[in-house]
Amino acid sequence: MAVGKNLREDPQVLIQAINEICLELDTIRLMEVCGTHTVSLFRSGVRSLLPANLRLVSGPGCPVCVTSQGYIDAAIDATRLDNVTLCTYGDMLRVPGRAGSLESRRAEGAAIEICYSIRDALRYAGANKDRQVIFLSVGFETTAPAAAQAVLEAEQKDLQNFTILSGHKLVMPALGALLASGDMPIDGFLLPGHVSVIIGSDAYADLVDVHAKCCAVAGFEPLQMLSAIRALAAQLRHGTPRLENVYGVAVSGAGNRHALSSLDRVFDEADTVWRAMGTIPLSGLELKDEFGRFDARKRFGLTIGDDYDPPGCRCGEVIQGRLDPPDCALFGAECTHEQPIGPCMVSGEGTCAAWYRYGPAKTQGGRP
Amino acid sequence: MCLAVPGKIVSRAPDGADLPLGTVDFQGSRVEVSFALVPDAAVGDWVLVHAGFAITLLDEAEARETWHYLEEAGLVESFPESDS
Repeated sequence: MAVGKNLREDPQVLIQAINEICLELDTIRLMEVCGTHTVSLFRSGVRSLLPANLRLVSGPGCPVCVTSQGYIDAAIDATRLDNVTLCTYGDMLRVPGRAGSLESRRAEGAAIEICYSIRDALRYAGANKDRQVIFLSVGFETTAPAAAQAVLEAEQKDLQNFTILSGHKLVMPALGALLASGDMPIDGFLLPGHVSVIIGSDAYADLVDVHAKCCAVAGFEPLQMLSAIRALAAQLRHGTPRLENVYGVAVSGAGNRHALSSLDRVFDEADTVWRAMGTIPLSGLELKDEFGRFDARKRFGLTIGDDYDPPGCRCGEVIQGRLDPPDCALFGAECTHEQPIGPCMVSGEGTCAAWYRYGPAKTQGGRP
Repeated sequence: MCLAVPGKIVSRAPDGADLPLGTVDFQGSRVEVSFALVPDAAVGDWVLVHAGFAITLLDEAEARETWHYLEEAGLVESFPESDS
């Protein structure tokens, strides 16, 4: 595990502190909200160094994993429209729809472009005026401001052939919905670093003030995650839930006001379907009416159909922290990274993909 | 998907240009980045970049630590090279 040159703390010291604190606690359950944390905890080896009574459960912070089946199916349908080129982040390509995936559609000859940035899609639209570009705009608050800026750029350039299909989602409403459901024995939250760059750490106040949960905002490096976990364990030990920000170099209380005002300018909050969680009020972003001509649903009459889970798929429980992947009957058998059934196995940040790739050797931490 | 990578700004369109674009260097890979969300970013600053947009300034020491971790963890893929 890398030790930073600017030695804030020694990781060994942090691990020891976590272990010592946890000796004085019963089982504690921390939710790693963000898929990037899930992967980082495995990759870095941090997970395997944690005491057995510190359970880490996954949260709904994987944009691809929480995208509803209806959205995927609408995207696949869109590839059949005349002159349409679908542009998407790479993660969406292999998510299975009701019939096939974007990857299989591409193999059948559908025009699908992988983008690192939504600006790649803007460039494509500018260079291919005979094509109608639909961008699959998914992601949380880290990514939504980029989409807002892209729509403003499309407006500035008066692009006639660029639309987005918004699947953007918001983190706090989802956490609120999970806590409101009442049957989640979560003691604390490891909060996502880059969402927090945008929304600011103040955005999580209700988790402490209303729900009395321990909270720590962290980046994705091992020292960051260890500092946050130590902070959470200490809060629990002392019975003092509060919000700590160990990623102060990047995260402020108020967040990135340019990004937030971009969102306000371009999007409205909307009730949105989360995979297997149903509709969560005001948890998603839809384009404002004034930007309707950049809305793929309006331009092409696309409808987002009902949610649908492949038989036996338990991704919904996984993303709510109710199930560890190995406890799903399909895990490692019918559902593998090579032949995924649900989005948690497909996505680079999916919990099931992380457990599958890193194997039992690194999952020991936190399992009773 | 929330991965954001630190890099150093090596060029920026002048004020008054249509779009606040520039080039960020990621340990040798140069990529066009929008500074719409961090409009005060200047050449020589380090920024965290997510999906083609800078999302915050970062100090150099922190940026280098983050880069080392990403490299060791194999989380940094090769960036699409900019045409510019």
